[in-house]
Amino acid sequence: MTKEITLPLTKEVIKDLRAGDSLSLSGVLYVVRDAAHKRIVAALDKGEPLPFELKGETIYYMGPSPAPPGKIIGAAGPTTSGRMDPFTPRLLAEGLKGMIGKGSRSEEVMEAIKKYGAVYLGAIGGGGALLSRKITKAEVIVYEELGPEAVLRIEVKDFSVTVINDSYGGDLYVEGKKKYRIEN
Amino acid sequence: MREIEASAVTEAITDLFIQANYELTDDVISALKLARQQEESPAGREALDKILENASIAGEERVPLCQDCGTALVFIELGQDAHITGGDLYQAVNEGVRRAYVEGYLRKSMVEKPFSERTNTQDNTPAVIHTTVVPGNRLRIIALPKGAGSENMTRLGMLTPASGRQGVIDFVVKAVEEAGANPCPPGIIGVGIGGTAERTLLLAKQALLRKVGEPSLDSETSNLEKDILDKVNRLGIGPMGYGGRITALAVHIETSPAHIGSMPVAVSLQCHSARHREITL
Repeated sequence: MTKEITLPLTKEVIKDLRAGDSLSLSGVLYVVRDAAHKRIVAALDKGEPLPFELKGETIYYMGPSPAPPGKIIGAAGPTTSGRMDPFTPRLLAEGLKGMIGKGSRSEEVMEAIKKYGAVYLGAIGGGGALLSRKITKAEVIVYEELGPEAVLRIEVKDFSVTVINDSYGGDLYVEGKKKYRIEN
Repeated sequence: MREIEASAVTEAITDLFIQANYELTDDVISALKLARQQEESPAGREALDKILENASIAGEERVPLCQDCGTALVFIELGQDAHITGGDLYQAVNEGVRRAYVEGYLRKSMVEKPFSERTNTQDNTPAVIHTTVVPGNRLRIIALPKGAGSENMTRLGMLTPASGRQGVIDFVVKAVEEAGANPCPPGIIGVGIGGTAERTLLLAKQALLRKVGEPSLDSETSNLEKDILDKVNRLGIGPMGYGGRITALAVHIETSPAHIGSMPVAVSLQCHSARHREITL
């Protein structure tokens, strides 16, 4: 059964989520990937203001293809989250609540997810055309010069994700594999 | 000597990269549909349904299959009796890539100064070009847009001859297991065995260019492909790593003679969005 969730994620909603749950998200996401993570953490280190309020928000690890004429955005599927691991615990400490991407996270990130009561969600990698349909609005808010790595604020409707790491230490990648593994 | 215009190469490259990024070939669609039939895990089946739906939307609505439109990999087989006229071959290839990515609304992912400034080149050039000279007077071009998610999971092992067949199996299965959900399974596992370090890496990548599931012509090699696929699909990783029976659609192996003291093995992973197109001029 799919749970309908309205963003931003609240403490109560996060408490209810378990690895393996299917969710349908509606609301605002911030699109941030490699280069922008580096800049955001550098800004935090210098005590500079951030380009958007992190507290309570959800980041989508993504770099879209250009919007063809008449479209809001191009293909818009998740990128590999692990590359953001070195920056993530810092952002979780600042109040980030949700992350959407694909692929496994480091021990440090999983610990921080538990510690700060956050959640890591997986979207279908290579599902860029399908996911682009679920984006109803997209605007660059900062770092436009980074091209496909600029920070976007997007609005989504019925955006499908699966809970990978919940706030209790649950990990779909570990649990799913265990269930279907055939030992020789 | 047969003449081939450089401008014809540019046009061909533009078409190939646009087509590859918008439409999967029939062999890939069939392999994904078969995987959907065979998959037992509900989450895995749902992921495969979405992957297939994604392919129809990309074709119908003219949105790229994946936002990662890849590094532009180009494999060229140049007949020794063909003569490229009206320009430089590699410039013609790069011009074709530039047009495909700019005019085709494809994402430009290449950056200059990779360890420092990482400045986007704005047109996805330069292409990575591998050329071989072959008999004849034709020019065969294969375009493979390859995403970073799967490319980053590439592995090279300088195995010893004593490791043998079992050593190859263990190395490939370990590479797939460690990659887990990162390379967007279920895809194709390209394996190179033999040659030198760089030769075996190229063989692994060239293995991805076969039609999905087309076995090696050498029976000993095709048996190894079967055995590795069986092992990989026992790992339980499943579609998108959500748990399931289908972790890979196929294993393709290419081999080459090796030095008496060496047995290099390379693994190149291709995500489920296996995009490549070719033409012979």
